[in-house]
Amino acid sequence: MNSSRYRPSTFILEIAAVLLALVFLSPFYLVLTNSVKGLKEILVDAASFPKAVQWENYSKVWAAIDFPQAFWNSLQITILSVIFIVLFSSMAAYQIVRKPSRFNAFVFMLLISAMIIPFQSLMLQLVRVISMLELRGELYGIVACYLGFGMPLSVFLFHGFIKTVPYELEEAARVDGSNPYGVFFRIVFPLLLPIIVTVIILNTLWIWNDYLLPVLVIGGNKDLTTLPVAVTKFFGQYTKKWDLALAGLVMAITPILLFFLSLQNYIVEGVTAGSIKG
Amino acid sequence: MRKALHMPKGWGQQIVFLGPCLIFFLTIVVAPFILGFYYSSTDWNGLDLDKAVWTGSANWRRIFTKDDKFWESLYFTLRFTAVSVLAANILALLLAFVLMTALKTKKLLRTIFFMPNVIGGILLGYIWQFIFTKGFATIGEMTGIHFFELPWLGTPGTGFWGLVIVFVWQTAGYMMVIYIAALAGIPKDLIEAAKIDGARAPQLFKSVYVPLIMPAITICLFLTTSNAFKMFDLNLSLTKGGPGTSTQSLAYNIYAEALINNRYGLGTAKALLFFFAVSLITVTQVWITKRKEVSA
Repeated sequence: MNSSRYRPSTFILEIAAVLLALVFLSPFYLVLTNSVKGLKEILVDAASFPKAVQWENYSKVWAAIDFPQAFWNSLQITILSVIFIVLFSSMAAYQIVRKPSRFNAFVFMLLISAMIIPFQSLMLQLVRVISMLELRGELYGIVACYLGFGMPLSVFLFHGFIKTVPYELEEAARVDGSNPYGVFFRIVFPLLLPIIVTVIILNTLWIWNDYLLPVLVIGGNKDLTTLPVAVTKFFGQYTKKWDLALAGLVMAITPILLFFLSLQNYIVEGVTAGSIKG
Repeated sequence: MRKALHMPKGWGQQIVFLGPCLIFFLTIVVAPFILGFYYSSTDWNGLDLDKAVWTGSANWRRIFTKDDKFWESLYFTLRFTAVSVLAANILALLLAFVLMTALKTKKLLRTIFFMPNVIGGILLGYIWQFIFTKGFATIGEMTGIHFFELPWLGTPGTGFWGLVIVFVWQTAGYMMVIYIAALAGIPKDLIEAAKIDGARAPQLFKSVYVPLIMPAITICLFLTTSNAFKMFDLNLSLTKGGPGTSTQSLAYNIYAEALINNRYGLGTAKALLFFFAVSLITVTQVWITKRKEVSA
């Protein structure tokens, strides 16, 4: 089972695995080929290769969902949230590990326990809180939400990692006259790079793909509509118009697929590390 | 200079380092959680909070005595969780074992199997809506295979299995990489020793591999159970709970109660029950598998 030699049985296994991989990929293939067909052609035969490539599907959808705007909104929300999650959660984890106290232990326990709370159990009251703070429909409102929801897992991951960073390094810097902030940002933070990558990847995938939170917190503000929300609205308006709907889908999944394919080793490792420690 | 910085003896540092994290966590997670206990006993309609009247146990009575849909969605969610957790983990383990052998396309296969996982549930649901309603129909016409000719997503049964298929397709690759990491950590000589002792494949699997990767099994079962039980995005975009409300998950039922029926108070009460259910199920599951880890 664990053999490292290539035997005839390995070859058969390889064929089977490749066939299964093709089955895994087939939905992408069908969506892609049909996204450049006319509606009639899709309805007549969804499996055929497009007879004439119809790029207009894309230009129509591009304008209809205002793709550049939705893309920019998603990007902006994701990047801002991830930057502050990394910053605040690493600082908090550092404090919890290096200054152990009953209070800090309690905070850590609270963060960990909160991981089990499903989003649906908070969402209705959360919208209320966000409205009270007059943050509904604001960019900073949704970023604030991601910061709150992102803290537990991120603090937990940093916590586990910082425990392995030798304290002697910090002591040496302190002797040299650095204050605690200098020690953290100049000495400790750069050492956290591996776990920072994990935290960035886990949060990016989650925030970029998130649907319900933007719907609830952004509400009617069209200027902030994210990509998944824009596509959902579009689907609601164009049910059964598969030519346009599929082009919209391809446009929506392309950015995240490119992100994955270009960073796949980091992503697979990051996700694995995140869940094994989580 | 140094003395001045250390004067508040840690309080300044405590506030700077822990403050931002706590402010966001308390406002976004803890405050709504606590508010939930209050709102769940009111007739809050989502708009005028001032007019939300304390109704005592009315919401709870309603859920437990009149709300068949809620219990149907719980039953659906439990069935969905059981089937898809089992299927996703069996497929993931199988893939992990296959990718542990000396395949030439190993790396490419890992990428392909993992890929669906990076796409959000909303988009996956739409992709598969097309596959089930148009793609399957075409394949059915071409091949005449009964499986593809079923009225996919049009009946409660096909809706259920449709959700299971997409969930497994999305999750198996993710669990696969966790299992691969665990399998790679098993010392080779241990397997060799077992083989020399005459262990055959099924025995090897049951008595050597499974106990050694039990921590990974705990993690994967936890992740899949909690994701399946909380399924929402996929439900919204693939079946919208339909046909009728036959494939409505618990999370979707709560969403519909509040945002479609505008019964926020009742929705909050259901959401609280949902929280207790999720906690109960995941804690029990981890407790059971953890015990196996110890005995192994």
